[in-house]
Amino acid sequence: MPININGISIELPSDTRVSLLDLLRDHLDLAGTKKGCNQGACGACTVLVDGERVLSCLALAVQYEGRSVTTIEGLSAEGMLHPLQRAFIEHDGFQCGYCTPGQICSAVGMLGEAKRGLPSHVTGDLADGSIMLTRDELCERMSGNLCRCGAYNGIVDAIAEFAEAAQ
Amino acid sequence: MNTFTYARATDVADAVRQGGEVNAKYLGGGTNLVDLMRETLERPSALVDVTGLSSAITEREDGGILIGAAAKNTAVAEHRVIRTRYPLLARAILAGASGQIRNMATVGGNLLQRTRCTYFYDDDGSRCNKRDPGQGCDAIEGFNRIHAILGASPSCVATHPSDMCVALAALDALVHVTCSQGQRIIAFADLHRLPGDHPEIETTLRPGELVTAVELRFLPFAQHSIYRKVRDRASYAFALISVAAAMELDNGTVTNVRLALGGVAHKPWRALKLEASLKGQPATEKNFLAAADEELADAKPLAHNKFKVELAKRTILAVLAELAGDLS
Repeated sequence: MPININGISIELPSDTRVSLLDLLRDHLDLAGTKKGCNQGACGACTVLVDGERVLSCLALAVQYEGRSVTTIEGLSAEGMLHPLQRAFIEHDGFQCGYCTPGQICSAVGMLGEAKRGLPSHVTGDLADGSIMLTRDELCERMSGNLCRCGAYNGIVDAIAEFAEAAQ
Repeated sequence: MNTFTYARATDVADAVRQGGEVNAKYLGGGTNLVDLMRETLERPSALVDVTGLSSAITEREDGGILIGAAAKNTAVAEHRVIRTRYPLLARAILAGASGQIRNMATVGGNLLQRTRCTYFYDDDGSRCNKRDPGQGCDAIEGFNRIHAILGASPSCVATHPSDMCVALAALDALVHVTCSQGQRIIAFADLHRLPGDHPEIETTLRPGELVTAVELRFLPFAQHSIYRKVRDRASYAFALISVAAAMELDNGTVTNVRLALGGVAHKPWRALKLEASLKGQPATEKNFLAAADEELADAKPLAHNKFKVELAKRTILAVLAELAGDLS
């Protein structure tokens, strides 16, 4: 069974050691997904698998056989930027840009989680099924994505604006 | 990373058949194991992917809950009944790792996480009895700020990294396991080991034994429960100290209390002395502190982690005071 990457069916490499991240970058030349720490600490390699955000560095490609992966390249349709990409530009949500694809994929996944009512560490009432995406909530939910340039204010503004527009 | 074969288990029988082979390992989300393999600290020759086995979260007739070991951490924290009846468990999971990792990591894998001791990871530069039995431990005389204060040994001062397990220890959960010889149920307190002379043996699981489910027993007072984690960053960091606790009061007297500590020992630390000391006593700060003192009387801090003793006491006090406030 192949793996689906951005809508295209791909045969898995025969070497079981290939991570999902290396499959994307080295085998498929999808270099948008970044290798930061390669140990699950920085979030730069975040992609979406069947809509859920995961770390592609801690994933063996073979584990995701039969699943659908969306990378930053797959978020923009027909050369048009995803509205969240435009919001990042608008709000200066980056400096060097290395963490940006991971930030954006993570934010897309995170907004889906909040929409379906998944609580977070800072959610007051666990029994409440709906989530108010305050700045505290947003920051906590995005804490798995580091930005060493420290563009956090712009990142948070961009995601907040997109989340509001999407509602 | 060494080479290995990979196969998905079709059912529990298939999993234990494959997992019983020499040097085979069960694979959950891979968030710990893949990293350890990349660091060559784990070198399995076969991976048996068990994420296709039961991930169901089901309410039992006795009021308890059965969580399939392949359930993702996110799914457990999100489950409505767990959020309302066992909030300390949902809170513990949400305090751990990041959103991405919680989406990948399974309950079974969370139980079997290995320590984050930096000397354990430093294969080229440091001695570690857990990694290379008999070699010695460089953490004991090294930078040991994050290390154990309770239950350690001259062989190992590592801590268990899981948040979820601290809540499960407080809840007295049951761990369902299967191997080719049959099934058994392990009390949560008996799953993880203290290091003793063999820190390389971290659990009481037998070779090839597979965790299939975690059972939460009916515990009505767990709906008044808290998980508090103290760490170096506001989010996405391992615990320096964590406290999972549930308490029941009757007219200001403690009738039931459960408390477990994280970040202090080689296993999640159930505070049995504290519980025994508090039961039947008035729920006062003085009694909370006396019970915390009693629990930590045997603490043996290292050169850089003396702060953990005081931090543990203060966190216990804060958690119990908050629970008492909620209940009164």
